[in-house]
Amino acid sequence: MKALVWHGTADIRYDTVPDPEIEQPRDAIVKVTSCAICGSDLHLYDHFMPGMEKGDIMGHEFMGEVVDVGAEAKSALKVGDRIVVPFTIWCGECEQCRRGNYSVCERSNRNKAMADKLFGHTTAGLFGYTHLTGGYPGGQAEYVRVPFADRTHVKIPDGLTDEQVLFLGDIFPTGWQAAAQCDIQPTDTVAIWGCGPVGQMTIRSAILLGAKQVIAIDRVPERLSMAKAGGAITINFEEESVVERLNELTGGKGPEKCIDAVGMEAHATATLDSMYDRAKQALALESDRAHVLREMMYVCRPAGTLSIPGVYGGLIDKVPFGVSMNKGLTWRMGQTHVNRWTDDLLRRIQEGQIDPSFVITHTVGLADGPGMYQTFRDKRDGCIKVVLKP
Amino acid sequence: MAYYRRNSSADRMARGLGWFSIGLGVAELVAARRLARWMGMEEQAGLIRTYGAREVATGVGLLAMGDARPWMWGRIAGDALDLATLASAHHDGNPRRENVATALGAVAARTALDVLCTAMLHREEATAWTPPRDYSDRSGLPRPPAAMRGAAKDAPILADMRTPAILRFQPA
Ligand SMILES: NC(=O)c1ccc[n+]([C@@H]2O[C@H](COP(=O)([O-])OP(=O)(O)OC[C@H]3O[C@@H](n4cnc5c(N)ncnc54)[C@H](O)[C@@H]3O)[C@@H](O)[C@H]2O)c1
Ligand SMILES: [Zn+2]
Ligand SMILES: [Zn+2]
Repeated sequence: MKALVWHGTADIRYDTVPDPEIEQPRDAIVKVTSCAICGSDLHLYDHFMPGMEKGDIMGHEFMGEVVDVGAEAKSALKVGDRIVVPFTIWCGECEQCRRGNYSVCERSNRNKAMADKLFGHTTAGLFGYTHLTGGYPGGQAEYVRVPFADRTHVKIPDGLTDEQVLFLGDIFPTGWQAAAQCDIQPTDTVAIWGCGPVGQMTIRSAILLGAKQVIAIDRVPERLSMAKAGGAITINFEEESVVERLNELTGGKGPEKCIDAVGMEAHATATLDSMYDRAKQALALESDRAHVLREMMYVCRPAGTLSIPGVYGGLIDKVPFGVSMNKGLTWRMGQTHVNRWTDDLLRRIQEGQIDPSFVITHTVGLADGPGMYQTFRDKRDGCIKVVLKP
Repeated sequence: MAYYRRNSSADRMARGLGWFSIGLGVAELVAARRLARWMGMEEQAGLIRTYGAREVATGVGLLAMGDARPWMWGRIAGDALDLATLASAHHDGNPRRENVATALGAVAARTALDVLCTAMLHREEATAWTPPRDYSDRSGLPRPPAAMRGAAKDAPILADMRTPAILRFQPA
């Protein structure tokens, strides 16, 4: 079959690879009908996340048709079912899964020992996302093996297009959880850094969950225009001071809830700290750039909440922890517990409360994927979200 | 607004020059006196050290900042300073005149590289620019956002994602 394969920094190729097969009784094989490129994939493309190997198949946002089912998954799935696959693989039986903490499932990471060593304790297995989280071949491919498939799926009813439901596998629940874990009150101002696909979903979620005011921060004009369409007041961080504007919009008190939808590749602004990060990262002395985190800690209202869906891989530096401690901030973060939210969100899509396909700007064949990685990363051609059709 | 293209050939060249700057700058800082003596410019060791610091700063800037162009212009200005300083030492009274000529040649070559790289970076931008798209019609919501505010207030959110009551802001 054909798949997008990682070969090194900024080197993803459309290769021929062996077809996947059922390996475990709880597996299923899915023929992919649509998949997408995620901001998280860019961290691999730019090689800021450790743990990739040449030959790894990319992709963790995908959906398709079930074409083969292992013996123990037959109770939940049958050939012909149309499913969206969440990027977090979960067993449904371990202590974490029983609590709904699917992204830290204790059993789905087949490289548990490696993760135990690096993180102290393992997290869940993920598709196409380094050997640290299981090294599972990803979904930017014609076929995928889905482990623990009896749990790891969202069944899609008839009458919905791929475009409407594809993002149930990652960015829609990710934006939703980012907002939900802020426990938004009707009096809250929610500030969201980053207007990429995750930021866009977060903006809509914060509105639907009833925030008084949603403020979105980025520097890419077309992303800001989409943020505004979703109900956000926008700040272009290259043209205005983020801290000043946020204070202005909150009567000098700062937003109650701050969300980092940027992650470890925060862009350089003219500020001293982001120059410092760029320099240290370039010299391999630090792995992640923490500019957005620092800004959130500083501007957040005391006793407020920081929610961090943005992905970090390792070490950050010069974090004003005293600011956070003295202000009594609450930190919420993590990979998304996708299936915790999908029943509710699927219903909202069906009822027409939201149509997540608004974020798609480019749809191309899988073969054009490598070029699209670059277009998406460099934010060329108005690119916000790429859907690939194998 | 300008976007730079990481990993383009011009960009890679600029980062390479950044590393070169750091190396040269450190050498100038550490061996300023020896360099000055070699060129018969003993009194100017302090100046060489200042130039070394300037090199390190532009080098770090090139590696660190997104857009390489302002730093490349900085390098070109630095090249001009270097050339002027060296030219002033290139006179018959200097017994080390030949060494100064060597240094002048090296700096001239480096200036040519800097100009080439800067031109490449600018050419790239000229071809890359297209007017931004307007996505102001893409709300994803069936009604205007103001009318959708709170539409999902009933959403099932488990207690573990809620703020403990004691930490909540009271409605103003
Ligand atoms: N927690 C999860 O489960 C989960 C799931 C999906 C994605 N993610 C992460 O969410 C993050 C965003 O994903 P995406 O797909 O939207 O990626 P993206 O790269 O398209 O978006 C990031 C946006 O942040 C903006 N940005 C950069 N620096 C900024 C700054 N200093 N201030 C404000 N904005 C800034 C960029 O211009 C860009 O528009 C990534 O880190 C991704 O890995 C996490
Ligand atoms: Zn993702
Ligand atoms: Zn589990």
